[in-house]
Amino acid sequence: MASAEQTEDGRAEPQAPERVAVTDEAATMIRKLTDQHGPLMFHQSGGCCDGSSPMCYQLGELRTGDSDVLLGRLEVDGVAETVPFWMSASQFAYWSHTHLTVDVVPGRGSGFSLEAPEGVRFLIRSRLLEGSD
Amino acid sequence: MSRYAAPGSDGAVMNYQSRYDHWIGGGYVAPKQGGYFENPTPVTGASFTEIARGTADDVERAIDAAHEAAGPWGRTSAGDRAAVLNKIAQRMEEHLEELAVAESWENGKPVREALAADIPLAIDHFRYFAGVLRAQEGSLSEIDEDTIAYHFHEPLGVVAQIIPWNFPILMATWKLAPALAAGNAVVLKPAEQTPASIHFWMSLVADLIPPGVVNIVNGFGAEAGKPLASSPRVAKVAFTGETTTGRLIMQYASENLKPVTLELGGKSPNIFFDDVSVADDDFLDKALEGFTMFALNQGEVCTCPSRALIQQGHYREFLDAGIARTEKIVQGHPLDTETMVGAQASNDQLEKILSYLDIGKQEGARVLTGGQRAELGGEMEGGYYVQPTILEGSNQMRVFQEEIFGPVVAVTSFSDFSDAIATANDTLYGLGAGVWTRDGSTAYRAGRAIQAGRVWTNCYHAYPAHAAFGGYKQSGIGRENHRMMLDHYQQTKNLLVSYSPKKLGFF
Repeated sequence: MASAEQTEDGRAEPQAPERVAVTDEAATMIRKLTDQHGPLMFHQSGGCCDGSSPMCYQLGELRTGDSDVLLGRLEVDGVAETVPFWMSASQFAYWSHTHLTVDVVPGRGSGFSLEAPEGVRFLIRSRLLEGSD
Repeated sequence: MSRYAAPGSDGAVMNYQSRYDHWIGGGYVAPKQGGYFENPTPVTGASFTEIARGTADDVERAIDAAHEAAGPWGRTSAGDRAAVLNKIAQRMEEHLEELAVAESWENGKPVREALAADIPLAIDHFRYFAGVLRAQEGSLSEIDEDTIAYHFHEPLGVVAQIIPWNFPILMATWKLAPALAAGNAVVLKPAEQTPASIHFWMSLVADLIPPGVVNIVNGFGAEAGKPLASSPRVAKVAFTGETTTGRLIMQYASENLKPVTLELGGKSPNIFFDDVSVADDDFLDKALEGFTMFALNQGEVCTCPSRALIQQGHYREFLDAGIARTEKIVQGHPLDTETMVGAQASNDQLEKILSYLDIGKQEGARVLTGGQRAELGGEMEGGYYVQPTILEGSNQMRVFQEEIFGPVVAVTSFSDFSDAIATANDTLYGLGAGVWTRDGSTAYRAGRAIQAGRVWTNCYHAYPAHAAFGGYKQSGIGRENHRMMLDHYQQTKNLLVSYSPKKLGFF
């Protein structure tokens, strides 16, 4: 799992099959937040309250390391840099059979995710990866 | 059935102000950048007050006020500090109904629970920490005849506390009571989903607390939470929430070499051994209530017993009875005194729960009851309601591994003791667990084998002060609800004293 997602120099690269995608509405919000804050990153949370929600930060705000897996890099029209989507390796062990789509809904998440002041919250929609039971 | 009038309407027992600024230095201070955000009630989805949108400038001002207050408060005698906590408890008791309605309206929880649990527990919590403070003693160690080590408790100074939205007043109390007892000044940031009820609480107790000892800064995590958590001028950060933000707070704390306490949730197993069903008696009735506890507070509890593990010998009959008990839950208007399950706290929370019901079905989980948004109609049409839901599946499914934070339980079976423990511990988290059996030995062995900080044994969802609460594994760091939380808000000062007139002879 984790090791299969990462190259030898430790820099994770997205692998086939695609594991993460983004809806048009979420892409629009990513464009808006990029204009405000510069390059962005996602890290999938777990646990209490807003757990299970993806957290959106300025790129590098949360330090990722060997305990994280890079699920993919989101390509968003109008955003120069791809947006990496990370998850802790221990959590990925339980999520690896599902494909994730970053969506956005009206709401007000807590945590330090950048979209909350816009009155919206990023949300994960999931489906089974092909080949999974 | 009776229904409390909604805050702001005729006959209401309490009313919110139309706007709340930051509470800093014993008074209200407008946000420097002038921004406010709307605060909706999850009961109807309609906004009922607006809240200051704090930024780093406001946080700095609150930290300034806290630093000014921390010295004198820390030097206040233990007796006087305990008296303040007891007076806060007394004032809350005199206004219990108002506080409960305030909490219900803001959070969506049934007022029945707020009246019977949230607010009475918060009151008792202040009294408990008033008591343990008076009983706390330093220590001395006699190193040798002429050398004594004295150990004193000293406050940390100014501490930051970031509060979750599921029990806004109770969770604030869990953090405020020990911090204040220990002699610290606090800068507290409520969750942006539930920012108002703590201000109503403050309106009741403000005259009891010296200015600057408790400061409340509102706002969004990215704009107000981050400058608070990353400030080098706070001595400690306490946070309840989820794992990624917990990591971020530890990261900021590491930059400042400051301690943190974290409570980050769980996926708590609730284990029912075969012998539970050997008799149709009070104990079986209690165990079925324990199963149905997944719906308490709409499932928005970090210790929600969201995985029910039922032994194969009584699996079908116990589960059928559990379904029947769940279907008797009264869901409705949170201000109705008969309502057992109210509204989810926010729209995004509702959407997240529905997304889990979706992936659960895709993974093959069977919906045994519920499984959808609840459409309650009338003024509740715009509110956020989910049917109490039982899913049946296997422990590898995501609905068994992630905290849905809704009234949803995932049920599976186990064969024997070791299978039960293996399944219970097959999770990233270790906050709560439940064990139900008539056999004391089984109960003890299971309780010790489960990797969780709190194992309810033949009970569930009790949160008394004086019982330590906190997580193993990825569920956090620290133990709340107990005297030991005082230690998390205190330094240890050691005076190492020689009473000998004789030199050592080295020089």
